[in-house]
Amino acid sequence: MSTAVGNTIVSLPDQSTAQLPKRHYINNEYGLLSWLLTEDHKRIALLYLFSVTFFFFIGGAFAGLIRLELLTPQPDLVAADTYNKFFTMHGLIMIFLFLVPSIPGVMGNFLIPLMLGAKDLAFPKLNLLSWYVYMAGGTLTLAALVLGGVDTGWTFTAPLSTHYLNTHVITAAMAIFITGFSSILTGINFIVTIHRMRCPGMTWFRMPLFLWAHYAASLLMVLGTPVLAVTLVLVALERLFGIGVFDPAKGGDPLLFQHLFWFYSHPAVYIMILPGMGVISEVVSTFSRKRIFGYTAVAFSSVAIALFGFFVWEHHMFIMGVSSYSALVFSLLTMLVAVPSAIKIFNWAFTLQKGSITFETPMLYCFGFMGLFTIGGLTGVFLGSLGMDVHLTETYFVVAHFHFVMVGGGLMAFLAGIHFWWPKMTGRMYPETISKLAAVTTFIGFNLTFLPQFVLGYLGLPRRYAAYPPEFQVLNVLSTAGATVLGFGYMLPMLYLAWSLKYGAIAGSNPWQATGLEWQIASPPPTENFTEIPIMDHEVYDYEWLANKTKNEVTTVG
Amino acid sequence: MDSALATTDPADLHAGQEHGHVSLPQHRHHFETVEQQREAGSFGMWLFLLTEIMFFGGMFFAYLVYRNWYYPAFAVASNQLSVSIGTLNTMLLITSGFCMAIAVWAAEMRKRSLLLAMLMLTTLLGIVFLGFKSSEYYEKYELHHIPGNNFNVSMFTNPAGYGIKEAPLPPDMAQKTQVFFFLYFAMTGMHALHMIIGLGLLCWLIWRANRGDFSSGYVAPVENFGLYWHFIDIVWLFLYPLLYLINRHPLH
Repeated sequence: MSTAVGNTIVSLPDQSTAQLPKRHYINNEYGLLSWLLTEDHKRIALLYLFSVTFFFFIGGAFAGLIRLELLTPQPDLVAADTYNKFFTMHGLIMIFLFLVPSIPGVMGNFLIPLMLGAKDLAFPKLNLLSWYVYMAGGTLTLAALVLGGVDTGWTFTAPLSTHYLNTHVITAAMAIFITGFSSILTGINFIVTIHRMRCPGMTWFRMPLFLWAHYAASLLMVLGTPVLAVTLVLVALERLFGIGVFDPAKGGDPLLFQHLFWFYSHPAVYIMILPGMGVISEVVSTFSRKRIFGYTAVAFSSVAIALFGFFVWEHHMFIMGVSSYSALVFSLLTMLVAVPSAIKIFNWAFTLQKGSITFETPMLYCFGFMGLFTIGGLTGVFLGSLGMDVHLTETYFVVAHFHFVMVGGGLMAFLAGIHFWWPKMTGRMYPETISKLAAVTTFIGFNLTFLPQFVLGYLGLPRRYAAYPPEFQVLNVLSTAGATVLGFGYMLPMLYLAWSLKYGAIAGSNPWQATGLEWQIASPPPTENFTEIPIMDHEVYDYEWLANKTKNEVTTVG
Repeated sequence: MDSALATTDPADLHAGQEHGHVSLPQHRHHFETVEQQREAGSFGMWLFLLTEIMFFGGMFFAYLVYRNWYYPAFAVASNQLSVSIGTLNTMLLITSGFCMAIAVWAAEMRKRSLLLAMLMLTTLLGIVFLGFKSSEYYEKYELHHIPGNNFNVSMFTNPAGYGIKEAPLPPDMAQKTQVFFFLYFAMTGMHALHMIIGLGLLCWLIWRANRGDFSSGYVAPVENFGLYWHFIDIVWLFLYPLLYLINRHPLH
């Protein structure tokens, strides 16, 4: 292997002689059934990759339609109730079918056993079942869409959803109920695997931070999702039998719905972002050639986010008539959750300091993440403060805030991870120049889309309306223009990653010179991952260990 | 759920034979040792039960909130449940749990016939429980106490007409008894659904135990199912006092 040359650490094998391994997990078996009945975590990860990408582009199409409608102040592209169905579908698909399962389903499934030095997840059948459950939920969501849609908003707000609307609420609620079980099963599988399947020498504090982040996210999945499940069951039953659990006209309490719903749905935000933070830790360390600064602090901050994440849900309800004393407490707790997030950002920044930074595509997405997530996080602090929240809640400020966190954070991290582990998953490199262009396009498009929305929200434009006063048109046009650029930025990876499957350069086992166990085996890995169970005899992110290992390999071969 | 955790379909049997050091045919190849596999299985089961606690927790929370809000309606409606059937059912379920515990022990001791007998007894007691439960449901159906369009509050607005020694409720409060019965049916119904799934799994265990699957030291499915069955017992042990017992005033 050649050493780093110039401004890149990429070291590829000599392309004239390089070959993919003869037998690996992709060509081990052929035929559709070998994929549909597989218990191999790597193949299941690819199944997830195809399905989340499919749902991402459907959700993205709805985003495009929403932005197109908002180009003009009048509801002229679609009627107002169709617009309601658009943003509901956009939210449901993007949150439950893309963001929640994306990083855990694709990268978590693929990498957790590899990083732990295990042959598979603890429960391979359960893993396959979770994909089928996910697909069943996804299909039912699409059924709700095809049958005529649902217009409650992704929050299923009662009594709107239980009493006032006559759309396919029950179908959509059952779809999300089912999808929830997929993430419960994934969460159980990850926790048990991380506890019980670590290879010899892999202590908790030698685990890559990707694993800590997934462990924390899995805790949230396991503890939070069942509460969403029971809430949706109650909504469906209330619609079916007309009982007042949430409908105040019949003696129910709509606030109870809000408490139960946000008890899951706030932690769900951390289910979406924590795995992304795990990806960022791996990428930042690799491309600055340094151990993550304050490893222990970053590891525990994941757990702290999971813990605090369960005690802030009421900040979604400040204007809903909750007691002002409890609002005070929840406001304070909301501020507290910013602390572990900031710990992560600061530690990544200190990792960069005096590191040998190179700017490959994953790193560009990573920088995008750090900037956008910081803005998203800080505007979250605005919204967590009681006085500001009264003014800003239910406006475009909130829309911009959570898109900065979830799209600027979650999706950027997803793309960083996909590019980073693409050589491991497929054995081939993506084309570097065009992917850098895509990363930059995404960043510019994203800011153009959502920065104007902060202003719109601050000026008081409420969310979820198809029409708006004409004076807001300039900012809305800017936002729609940005969304177009953003959509272009997301189409690019789709195209060039597909291209690279056949024409990409052969990557070799460790193109980034990274230290994780997953990089010490062939790309793509063999079905059994490790011919011999590895022994973790060094600290995590130990680049000197890697340098020694590489040097010795050269001596033996030469 | 349980079958997936137990990971012991006949199809897997050949996986173990590839490795000489494997002692049990049920050993899956991706676990280093049988002990690791067993620990992983039971840990997974505990986590699953944790999600179940969170699932039922939402309904318990709703019950506590509304009991506080509509206290008179909840007290009167709760008095209409039959304590004797509830108590009998509690005893049946505890006995069933005891049989299950003996069954796990029998599997560990490799006593096949005792295991079979205990699994069958567990199943039988579970079925009897559901029988009593459905008779209770039927009584509520006859009284029009099933929430929905046919719900009838006259028993609560005019208890004397039904020969019940309760203070009559004003009409709007009497309507709130519907919330009680909704939660009653949702909670006991969800519990019964878990029992029905459990009974299905018990039949599967009996079939496998009869085949001799658990007679050679491999007990993970029995053990994990035992955890599930005890969990259902424990949920009932919370439902029974909350729905049937608190605030009864037999001295009236």
